[in-house]
Amino acid sequence: MAKVPVQFTLNGSEKAEFVESGTTLLNALRDKIGDTSPKGGCHQGTCGACSVIIDGELRLSCLTLAETCNGAAITTTSGLAEGGVLHPLQRAFLDTFATQCGFCTPGMIMAAKVLLDHTPNPSRDEVVEALSGNICRCTGYEPIIQAVLTAARANSQNAA
Amino acid sequence: MAIRRGRGVAAINYPTGMNLGGDPTQALVHSTPTGNFMVTLSSVDLGQGMKQIMAQICAETIGVPTDRVVVDTADTDTGPHCMGTFASRGTHRAGNAVIQAAREARQVMLEVAAEELEVNASDLETDGQGNILVKGAPQKSISIFDVALSAHFKRGRSISGRGMFLIPRSYPEKETGAMKPSTCYAHACTVAEVEVDDETGEVTVLTVKNVFEIGRALNPKMVEQQLVGGSWMGISHALYETTEPYYPNRDHGGTDFNQYLMPGPGDLAETEIIVLERPSADGPYGAKGPGEMCANPQIPAVANAVFDAVGVRIDTLPITPERILRALKAQAAN
Repeated sequence: MAKVPVQFTLNGSEKAEFVESGTTLLNALRDKIGDTSPKGGCHQGTCGACSVIIDGELRLSCLTLAETCNGAAITTTSGLAEGGVLHPLQRAFLDTFATQCGFCTPGMIMAAKVLLDHTPNPSRDEVVEALSGNICRCTGYEPIIQAVLTAARANSQNAA
Repeated sequence: MAIRRGRGVAAINYPTGMNLGGDPTQALVHSTPTGNFMVTLSSVDLGQGMKQIMAQICAETIGVPTDRVVVDTADTDTGPHCMGTFASRGTHRAGNAVIQAAREARQVMLEVAAEELEVNASDLETDGQGNILVKGAPQKSISIFDVALSAHFKRGRSISGRGMFLIPRSYPEKETGAMKPSTCYAHACTVAEVEVDDETGEVTVLTVKNVFEIGRALNPKMVEQQLVGGSWMGISHALYETTEPYYPNRDHGGTDFNQYLMPGPGDLAETEIIVLERPSADGPYGAKGPGEMCANPQIPAVANAVFDAVGVRIDTLPITPERILRALKAQAAN
């Protein structure tokens, strides 16, 4: 099958790849580009582990075809730290022990980032709503909810 | 038809490890040329934090900072033998093996340091910061870095140790059936409060209060993390999780994890965790296995709370709305 050219920015840097038509963005990111931070959990859009940010919106990369991402700006969890300094969400996930096996963590952080980008001081209910598309087996969710609220507080303190 | 409230309590006694054909775990410890320590295990970290705990245990035993220890659990083909990470046995079994291996490595390390300092090894102590000192004369000291270099390049010694921890199989006595299936038990007690809708059969868990007795908490934050997640998982077992939610025909069953129900972030009960520490006699630094135990007492507590609320005993898990409604119907018929 003929391959299709795909060009987009990933965490601020230009990427260009040839992919087979029908390749998901998840597989393109992981297998072609080598960014393994989005995880393949269910591969059918229900677990949220593959979540990435495309042009500011939360998207499931397992249900997104790579060839539809031409010209898009894509953010993944591996692009959040700046010069070795963790993003406030990553810091908060560590500090509140919000990960155990870690498989859901990148998707949780992506979902939380989109929430905080739009709603810097969310209520607990808004955090729950934002995370409700992501499944976690280990934590019981409470530490993750606390991590997002902690990151929001840290952000508002830095902004003040 | 009404929303009825109930409260249930349950307490459990949970063995650490298992009693099949004997329960062994082996560990190897060796120093690198620069005085870092490597722990080699086949015990797998599933996310419960075994690598961190084994690093702490090794560091404590050898007398170095935790960040000087690297734990490798890479390969069950080539690593020392471990029965596996299950039955809440990881910390207890592997931890004891690591202590034994680390003690042997520490002894070699002190012997090499003794040769360098021209003193007796029994007169040496570690400061926990990476140095070995002469007891009572701390100005006479050598860094573990220099001891490792000396061992590797001058003295020809391997600063290493072997550890093997085995709980032998216990057979029941023929006459009485008495046996000792485990040497170490963790304990827990849970009180659950629920609301049951006697029209729809739906159960809402309002609060879960848990007390866990887990020996010594080697890493209190990680213990808390495990217990909070475990408490949630217990409720999930009680009310939601099954591979066959649909019947009588298996064809109607769930096909994948998407149809395997678990409570989401919007379904959380108010959860309280209290940790009691009673160091175990044969655990590494007093630890027991809190892993699986922490997801158990919520199940009978919720079943008891449902009974308290609507007066029916559900003895099949999960406690689904359908099972409650069928039980209520049977109760009304009697």
